[in-house]
Amino acid sequence: MTAYSKLSVTEGSLNESLAALFKSMLEKNVVDAVLVPAHQRPKGVMQTLITEPGGLVQIDPFAPVVPVSTATLVSKLTNVPSGRPLAVVMRSCEVRALLELVKLKQASVEDLVLIGIDCLGRYENADYMKLEQNGSTSKAFLEAARDGMGAKSADEPHVATACKICEYPVSDNVDIRLCVIGCEPNEVFIEWVSDKGEEARKALGIDVQEAPSGRKEAVEKIKKTRIAERDKVFADIHERVNSLEKLRDYLAGCVNCYNCRVACPVCYCKECVFVTDTFRHPGDRYVSWADKRGSLKMPTESLLYHLTRMTHMSTLCVGCGQCTSACPNNIELSQLFRAVAQKTQARFDYHPGRSLDEPQPLAVFYAEELVEVTGQVK
Amino acid sequence: MNDTFEPTIVAFLCNWCTFTAADLAGTSRLSYPQNVKIVRMMCSGMVDPVYVLKAFLEGADGVYVGGCWPGDCHYINGNLKARRRAALLTEILKQFGIEEDRFWLRWVAASDGIMFQEHSKEMTEKLRALGPSPLSVDRTIA
Ligand code: SF4
Ligand code: SF4
Ligand code: FES
Repeated sequence: MTAYSKLSVTEGSLNESLAALFKSMLEKNVVDAVLVPAHQRPKGVMQTLITEPGGLVQIDPFAPVVPVSTATLVSKLTNVPSGRPLAVVMRSCEVRALLELVKLKQASVEDLVLIGIDCLGRYENADYMKLEQNGSTSKAFLEAARDGMGAKSADEPHVATACKICEYPVSDNVDIRLCVIGCEPNEVFIEWVSDKGEEARKALGIDVQEAPSGRKEAVEKIKKTRIAERDKVFADIHERVNSLEKLRDYLAGCVNCYNCRVACPVCYCKECVFVTDTFRHPGDRYVSWADKRGSLKMPTESLLYHLTRMTHMSTLCVGCGQCTSACPNNIELSQLFRAVAQKTQARFDYHPGRSLDEPQPLAVFYAEELVEVTGQVK
Repeated sequence: MNDTFEPTIVAFLCNWCTFTAADLAGTSRLSYPQNVKIVRMMCSGMVDPVYVLKAFLEGADGVYVGGCWPGDCHYINGNLKARRRAALLTEILKQFGIEEDRFWLRWVAASDGIMFQEHSKEMTEKLRALGPSPLSVDRTIA
């Protein structure tokens, strides 16, 4: 059983209360900096690395928006470690992606205090900025989002589809959790999950309280709804996109901008082969392809690009939806990639982000395995 | 139509085993189907999944990867990596209607010209039964 403490939130002061917590972390030298979502001038919310308590006034950790996966940002912060203790506020998909980057040696969690927030979904960036301008608050969102959809009426924007089908509303493998699911409105519980978390609690001098009573059931309920939704999406994609011709149709409009792989937190190649000379063909090759086919859609090789990405990262896909959010042509990539990932991850019984001790499927191989691939025995 | 259909098979063969076996099949006058287009690789572990995908997208009816038996790879474990990747690729290709029979990974010893001949015949038969790959028919899928 982990320990819980209640963060007192009085009317209108969710962010002030959270700021007080982080301020105390900085002042008591639990960490040297906090990476936390904060409002930017003139608009939008972005992760912000804060070292001075004064900077905390703009924070909004539960703001329902993720402009860039925090896993990508933490990779920048820890790829060459700063050697300074940092607290990082993340959602479940971001934590899971981060653990995959750690396995790839593109990030480290050694100096980090991971603070996972309960996730009731996020809006697309543009939708969020409109809501923000109209004065929507995170507190109001959390209250409205208890049905898991984040919209009270049909004409309001909904949270990203990726979030509606995400079965991980709560982050695992974190040091501290900021819990809202199963808590009363106006309540945030801090859960001190790991030893590092418990050390932080002691350093902060925060007393332990009783766990929020309805939490477990409330979390299970959200998971159940989302899993049902997820399985519908999987079934739909598996049926609707069951040939390469239909895959081409699904990806119609792709302009090879490669935003989806830039946004993907687990697309790990330092240099994507699709932007190298390998895919900078001489003119006569294009013409000869056109000769062979009679006509050639340009830019070429969109299908090859997406299929290649599936071979590279589908076993690591955390379903964060960043690919969909990044696409300028509204292609629903994350549903597609998750549906493919479901198959490839199942083949290797792999769950990205489940444990740092589980090797990635393409990082290991054994003599005595997968005999069915060749079906041959000596 | 299947009587006359001659499938195109792109075969990525490890230089140290299957390629040598194919060569041996040739010099021993063991006939294997003309429709096998051989690409010589230094190891089955060098066959990047993108090569396999490209072959299918260019209209190959089948792709064959030939490697050394486990334990015999000249680079120790290239073939074991190839096997993991093949399992992964199969899962992806299957989802998009490229049947398992269209993509083979097989172990063939350098001295086993007969086995390579058998594999090419067997695969050709299977592909004849399956019919042409949709991508070899509709060349706008790319
Ligand atoms: S493929 Fe899309 S949903 Fe999956 S991890 Fe990458 S960005 Fe997230
Ligand atoms: S972001 Fe959209 S348009 Fe750009 S490469 Fe990805 S799918 Fe294609
Ligand atoms: S050398 Fe033949 S498979 Fe590696």
